[in-house]
Amino acid sequence: MAYSDKVIDHYQNPKNVGTLDKSKQNVGTGLVGAPECGDVMRLQIEVDEASGLIMDAKFKTFGCGSAIASSSLATEWLKGKTVDQALAIDNMDIVEELNLPPVKIHCSVLAEDAIKAAINDYRVKNGMPELVEEKAH
Amino acid sequence: MNLNLPVYLDNNATTPMDPRVLEAMLPYFVEKFGNAASRNHSFGWVAEEAVDYGREQVAKLINADPKEIIFTSGATEGDNLAIKGVFEMYASKGNHIITCTTEHKAVLDTCKHIEKIGGRVTYLQVQADGLIDLTELEAAITPETILISIMYGNNEIGVIQPVREISKIARKHGVLFFTDATQAVGKIPVDVQADGIDLMAFSGHKMYGPKGVGALYVRRKNPRVKVTAQMDGGGHERGMRSGTLNVPGIVGFGKACELCMNEMESEAKRLSAMRDRLENGLMVLEETYVNGNREHRLPHTANISFKYVEGEGLMMGFNKNIALSSGSACTSASLEPSYVLKALGLGDDLAHSSLRFGLGRFTTDEQIDYTINAVKETVLKLREMSPLWEMYKEGVDIDAIEWAHH
Repeated sequence: MAYSDKVIDHYQNPKNVGTLDKSKQNVGTGLVGAPECGDVMRLQIEVDEASGLIMDAKFKTFGCGSAIASSSLATEWLKGKTVDQALAIDNMDIVEELNLPPVKIHCSVLAEDAIKAAINDYRVKNGMPELVEEKAH
Repeated sequence: MNLNLPVYLDNNATTPMDPRVLEAMLPYFVEKFGNAASRNHSFGWVAEEAVDYGREQVAKLINADPKEIIFTSGATEGDNLAIKGVFEMYASKGNHIITCTTEHKAVLDTCKHIEKIGGRVTYLQVQADGLIDLTELEAAITPETILISIMYGNNEIGVIQPVREISKIARKHGVLFFTDATQAVGKIPVDVQADGIDLMAFSGHKMYGPKGVGALYVRRKNPRVKVTAQMDGGGHERGMRSGTLNVPGIVGFGKACELCMNEMESEAKRLSAMRDRLENGLMVLEETYVNGNREHRLPHTANISFKYVEGEGLMMGFNKNIALSSGSACTSASLEPSYVLKALGLGDDLAHSSLRFGLGRFTTDEQIDYTINAVKETVLKLREMSPLWEMYKEGVDIDAIEWAHH
């Protein structure tokens, strides 16, 4: 199975690899997946409190090229969005952008889960109720 | 010498054909195209002569009599014919077969089929180094046991089972011993007499011969072994495998066996030295483990886990220039980690982090150096990107985390 050019590009030049200070009030961290499943993603957002915009996003991923590309793309999309806009990112948008084949759709699902987990962490830290997932995967 | 790219290190999946094999085969497509079963004209005689010669070359490599060689389409057919054929032929004696969990799918799935049609199968666990426990093997034998099916050398980790000890146990209890020797024949000395083997499957394309041809060795003396044919028809191959013989394939297979016979010793030395260099070059990385017994091992195989890096992601870092596989090629299309590595007791995480290096006749030192550098570079790059590596470095106990399983 050949990877799409976009997956290869994200794999070779991943955007926003790194770690934000998770102890900061305005940083939300999502850690999803499991080593046994061959995929673990950690995605972090840093929210500018004045504007409510996500000013930085970082990831680290253990997984295949599609998992790395999905999380790299997700961090790119997150930057500059409001938290509510970020919540609207759907895994199928990632599938489309990266041309993921059916066997790799779970990578995009994981990226969406990572975004939601990071946002929830941010919400809980800032006294907001946790969002309950509507979609069952 | 110059570096040849891409580097092919998936010789356990298939080997390139040796040009000398192709040369031997070529006349048998157009010019000498006869059916070896045509008894009444020269076209048939020429083909028959070629098949006889091929049969001798194959038999010689494993110290068998040419009459004990049944040509098949490959090792999968050989595995099926041996197990199903013995099960049917010896039904009056019993219905129990003993095998182990690290066998090739062609053996395991055939055994599953046997269970569906009323047989009983014991799947022996292997030890952490991939070897079976001989005491457990002997303890599993019952009066109903008709066959022990244990592979010679493993396709994923290269571990060589104690074949001679297994055959002694089988003899002692009057049980037949079948071995899938696909990865071993042509790579290390395999001698059906000294090894006490009753049935043995192997294949042309794993030893620089053509695809689509293989053999099942069926012992004719002490004891005389028979298998029920699984393919009915013209009664070829002493009635055990009907179907017009693949003459060019058999010619090529025979030539491949002859070349292995002559070159195996020096080749094994060269390959194991290269393999060791590859392993030593990669083991300088932290948290890197060789899977399987390192002493009882095929010379051309190395299976290595790079902890905290996922195998498929790792391969992507160099798969433009290096061809290898994680797990076996038959299962790498699925997302499940290798069942062989899991059978060794490796956690799913380590099994997900493994690569299989299969060296071969045409692998060069330059290619090994290139591979060491490329793999090292990619592992380091991906670890910088791995949350698990970061946790490990910070001293977080990854096993203590409650992971959400999908």
